[in-house]
Amino acid sequence: MPKDFISLLADLEEEEVIKLTKKRLEAGDEALTILEDSRKAMEVVGKRFAGGQYFIPELVYSGELLKQITELVKPHLVQSGDTKHLSKVVIGTVAGDIHDIGLNIVDFMLSVNGFEVYNLGVDVPVKKFVEKMKETSAPVLGLSGFLTLAFDAMKDTVEALEAAGIRGKMKIMIGGGQMDDEVRKYAKADAYGKDAMAAVFLAKKWIGDN
Amino acid sequence: MDKVKNWSELTPEQKREERFKRWLSPDVKFSSPRAEKLYKERVTRFIKAIKLEEPDRVPVMLPAASYPAYYAGTTMKKVMYDYAALKKAWLKFMNEFGDMDSFGGPGLILPAKVLDMIDYKLQKWPGHGLADDAPTHQFIEGEYMPPEEYDDLIRDPADYMMRYFLPRSVGAFAPFSKLSPLTIFVGIPIWYIGQFGDPDIRKAQQTLLEAALECNRWAAAVTEVSRAALEAGFPSIWGGMNGAPYDMIGDMLRGTAGIMMDMFRRPDKLHKAMDRLVPIAINESVRSADASGCPIIFMPLHKGTGGFMSNEQFKTFYWPTFKEVMMGLINEGLVPLPFAEGDYEPRLEIIKDMPRSSVIWHFERMDMAKAKKVLGDNACIAGNVPVSILCTGTPQEVKEYCRRLIESCAKGGGYILTGAASIEKGDVNNLRAMMEAAKEYGTY
Repeated sequence: MPKDFISLLADLEEEEVIKLTKKRLEAGDEALTILEDSRKAMEVVGKRFAGGQYFIPELVYSGELLKQITELVKPHLVQSGDTKHLSKVVIGTVAGDIHDIGLNIVDFMLSVNGFEVYNLGVDVPVKKFVEKMKETSAPVLGLSGFLTLAFDAMKDTVEALEAAGIRGKMKIMIGGGQMDDEVRKYAKADAYGKDAMAAVFLAKKWIGDN
Repeated sequence: MDKVKNWSELTPEQKREERFKRWLSPDVKFSSPRAEKLYKERVTRFIKAIKLEEPDRVPVMLPAASYPAYYAGTTMKKVMYDYAALKKAWLKFMNEFGDMDSFGGPGLILPAKVLDMIDYKLQKWPGHGLADDAPTHQFIEGEYMPPEEYDDLIRDPADYMMRYFLPRSVGAFAPFSKLSPLTIFVGIPIWYIGQFGDPDIRKAQQTLLEAALECNRWAAAVTEVSRAALEAGFPSIWGGMNGAPYDMIGDMLRGTAGIMMDMFRRPDKLHKAMDRLVPIAINESVRSADASGCPIIFMPLHKGTGGFMSNEQFKTFYWPTFKEVMMGLINEGLVPLPFAEGDYEPRLEIIKDMPRSSVIWHFERMDMAKAKKVLGDNACIAGNVPVSILCTGTPQEVKEYCRRLIESCAKGGGYILTGAASIEKGDVNNLRAMMEAAKEYGTY
């Protein structure tokens, strides 16, 4: 029996899954259904990553496949679907640091686990974090950093949130490169997470979804 | 270096002994008999650690790559632009720090004037894309080689670098993309020479010549510091730099995402390209070690770390050509010092597959007791006081951490105490605490 769409995408069979996407569109399948199936496949990818079966290359490749499928499906999309999210999470690499590999993996893992992720990108000024936390009222903030200079940038960010009077409304997790629990203490964050799975675990714990 | 006459007939071990001898007796006039005595003791400490023998005590590599700038109260921007300030800062650190087993010169503090002149696009640095007070430069990754150019790279890497990579990564060399192939075998040079008259290419060459002179001014400052350090009795453990072919292609040419997808989409091309780079990489390091007199080749590793690929992918794509480069260096009597950035714990069983006492493994995140257990009989290991403690902790905390590391790793020799990575700022006494710990707890 030929593999179904979800397995093909989750197994990263590029040629086959693209062929099947085109076939489904020709057969009149709803664009939204295909996107929903893609989401399910990404969930499988996320689970395999968390289980140590997949690594970053598989995440990157699956992201590329998803992009291709979305491009194919987009013209057929009549209305956008309402996706229900668990909660909002704001993430970003702190000021002065331009590393984004870990950041994007955390983005991917939070997204496939149902969070609405606001990814502010790299070298994010303190002010931008404060503004975004006010705007979204997200209960969770993730600060990423690879270099040692991020120690101070993280501390500055947390202190700016204190100064803005909103620190108590959120939980802050840090991660990346040279970060560890010592830095967590130094920066006055709530938790250090050693990988993207830890980020998901912490965010779920904090919003009370275990 | 002046190699012994029958160099090509020597075994790798004999070549290494020759190189160790030269490392022990550098071509400088020591400032005092005491400096000379200390120099020899320090180098011997490292040599014994490499050979998995017990030295007098655990040697220390201070994690202070760019720290002297901070120590001297100046900025990275200042020392990148002003070579006199660079020299002054490093000499100040060298003169004031006290006892240390090795001293790292400022050879990796790149001359920003040159980077400006050539419009270098692979880095941001303080005052150029980064804030003036930024403590370090940062690498800008990109896809400088599209996947369809693998064949061009494989056919002729030197030609590819000159006519494709440099024009894209260095603004001033963009006109080199107009050149015809540079590796010529038809035998009529006239056809080849004419193209250098093109006005844009002439301009690029002019910039190259001027940048070269600027490079030399910087290099003079770096050399002066290195010489002063040797004269004062502080050895260099820097004989050159190299890396893993997977990183060379991933970091510079294809980017992280690009090379990861190449593992799925075009594995054969990726393998061929990595194979092609092996002898080129070996040759590069042999030359630089010959010039420097130190046989240790620093190899920062990036994209093979735990999480960045599975052990299967590591064994298939990363390790084989990386090992070949290391073996090429070892066969020339050199000692690879791979700096395993990130988490190499999942790789321990794989990287064990090297000749005994041929490598120094510097680990960043690692259960060092486990590393000692798996690798201890095979290779010298170095590590790994967390940068967080070095930057934010007290000297007592640093010393205590070092004590525990020494207890786990030092037994029987084959251990070098160092940081998980290098620090840019922090209390200088935290670095001194590492030396104290080695003396207090690391005596054999």
